Amino acid sequence: MARLSEENVRLAKEIISRYPRARSATIPLLHLAQQQDGHVTNEAMAHIGELVGATSAEVYGTASFYEMFKFEPVGKYLINICGTMSCALMGAEELMHHAEHRLGVKLGGTTDDGMFTLERAECQAACTEAPCLQVNYRYRFRVTDADFDSLVDDLKAGRLNDEIPAHGTVARVRQHIPVDRGVGAVPPEDVTEAPTWMDGKAAL
Amino acid sequence: MNTPNSTNTYPHAPGFVAGERPRIVTSRFEHADSFTLERYLATDGYAGLRAALGRPANDVHDEVKNATVLGRGGAGFPAGTKWGLTPQGVFPRYLVVNGDESEPGTYKDRLLMERDPHQLIEGCLIACYAAGLSQCFLYIRGEMALAQERVATALNEAYAAGYVGKNILGSKFSLDIVLHWGAGAYVVGEETALIESLEGNRGMPRLKPPYFPAAIGLYGQPTIVNNVETLANLPWLMRNGAEAYTAIGTKTSPGTRMVAVSGHVKRPGVYEIINGVTTFRDLIYNEEYCGGIRNGNKLKAFVPGGGSAPWFTEDQLDVPFEGPQAGAAGSMLGSGAVMVMDETTDIPAAALTLTRFYAHESCGKCTPCREGGTWLERILSRIVDGKGTDADLAQLVEVGTSICPGDFPHASSKRLGLDAVPFPYKMNTICFVGPSAYAPINSALVLFPEEFAARVTKRTMIPVTAVGAAS
Repeated sequence: MARLSEENVRLAKEIISRYPRARSATIPLLHLAQQQDGHVTNEAMAHIGELVGATSAEVYGTASFYEMFKFEPVGKYLINICGTMSCALMGAEELMHHAEHRLGVKLGGTTDDGMFTLERAECQAACTEAPCLQVNYRYRFRVTDADFDSLVDDLKAGRLNDEIPAHGTVARVRQHIPVDRGVGAVPPEDVTEAPTWMDGKAAL
Repeated sequence: MNTPNSTNTYPHAPGFVAGERPRIVTSRFEHADSFTLERYLATDGYAGLRAALGRPANDVHDEVKNATVLGRGGAGFPAGTKWGLTPQGVFPRYLVVNGDESEPGTYKDRLLMERDPHQLIEGCLIACYAAGLSQCFLYIRGEMALAQERVATALNEAYAAGYVGKNILGSKFSLDIVLHWGAGAYVVGEETALIESLEGNRGMPRLKPPYFPAAIGLYGQPTIVNNVETLANLPWLMRNGAEAYTAIGTKTSPGTRMVAVSGHVKRPGVYEIINGVTTFRDLIYNEEYCGGIRNGNKLKAFVPGGGSAPWFTEDQLDVPFEGPQAGAAGSMLGSGAVMVMDETTDIPAAALTLTRFYAHESCGKCTPCREGGTWLERILSRIVDGKGTDADLAQLVEVGTSICPGDFPHASSKRLGLDAVPFPYKMNTICFVGPSAYAPINSALVLFPEEFAARVTKRTMIPVTAVGAAS
């Protein structure tokens, strides 16, 4: 698998149609590619380029800027431990040490069985619940060493399959604009007039 | 009074702490199903939109101007004034919602998106109606999976029920709100970088001027970029009016604001506080809020407004949440994030956690930030590891000065006989990421010089010039 599947091309076209310019869909489509393959492949980037009207180099140029996109396979579960101030004040470094020992890999490494990739992350917006971590972008708060161990056990045993999808899927719900309800995106050069409701009168 | 971690926290909203105060944006948080359309409609949902659509757009814009709704993203610029900066007669205009919350210490937008997505959607509708914006893009931080799911579900519900899309509530007002999501880059929180990212590019800030994307923004068109919390204020404002809004807080800082207090306090949490009057002392020590420092320890320092803000100590505890006053005291309120350090804190190591963040998040566009940030991180790491010399301390200041020339803002300190240097700083970079890498180092060096002095080895320089010149 490398290029986007037929089903994903249909989704990609739906996403592209919401923007006045197709290029704006680049990041959402990269997420779609990562959801399909677990990481972003060169073929998928070339395919995205065809869909949004960019070269594969331009798509890679965008993709490589953003931390979430991986260009090599990572573990089924990406564990990001926050190391910024609030978490560091509450023992994040110690938690990282424990995690390295528990999984037998250094930060940035992947376990031999391909289950876990461990990374140091920057602020995850849960600062009062420090130290915190995310597994495939699902939170765990005020994590102790024991919490970390049981999390790893649960993930290995498949007990969290309902809550935490494999790496690549972020949101499991997508926006869908019903055809009869949507206004539709228009290229900016095709609009010159003020919107109809700006006529000095109440809309209702 | 409530004891820490008991009655007024909700298991379904971890981190949020309620209180006996006016609640403008968090009023539904006590309900476990606060994110559903059903609950929203049962609690005044979309009544603000209905009120707005019953008035001409300019009228609604004036109401927001009169209420002085300050931007909650960091700069504190009034939303009504910002909307008025769009050039006359140029269309289309867009709204881009900044939900890329990632400033260290900050989280309020995530809670607002997860707990009350319809309130945000209603706020977007009111803003677009008032300012004549023809499409809305709701940009959510990539790592916030739950927020993305909740907002997507809410949008799907709102479209189906006729609150978003064509002829909203049967009126002539039509608007699409498009959910967009990022992929992990702090700098995208800067509004021109946000627009670049939304156009499908690397999220690097644009050269200024123009200073506001209101003139030239998304696709080169007038664009308003507003923070999630700012927009979440609008439904309440439209239901209750500017007079009721300004009756809360002070004249220059009306309403409420959400503040996250983290670090070494007894009850860290996100609080909706009254703007302008609540002081840092209230927030850190009052039983209603954090209830003091953990284990009865003493306060050493605190970051008053997110990782970028110069630090305060106990000398500034009585400064209220009022932008100009915090600025005169040498820092800023920023994004509403207070990080508290008690007496056990290793100050150079704490500063390093923030400098590492900004060095890591530099987009690489401006040399002083790209190179300087990395240098600062490496030199400071060396000092924290006990391998630094006194020359390293001078080097830190030199690199910092090349990012931000002039006196760097810092708080006064009675202990050291220091006067405050007011915020903001001068900078050699396009955006604030570069200066932010230096801000924690400067605060730590100015306020706690003895901790650095104790950490470094003194070396005597041996002059070599005479030897070379003689031959």
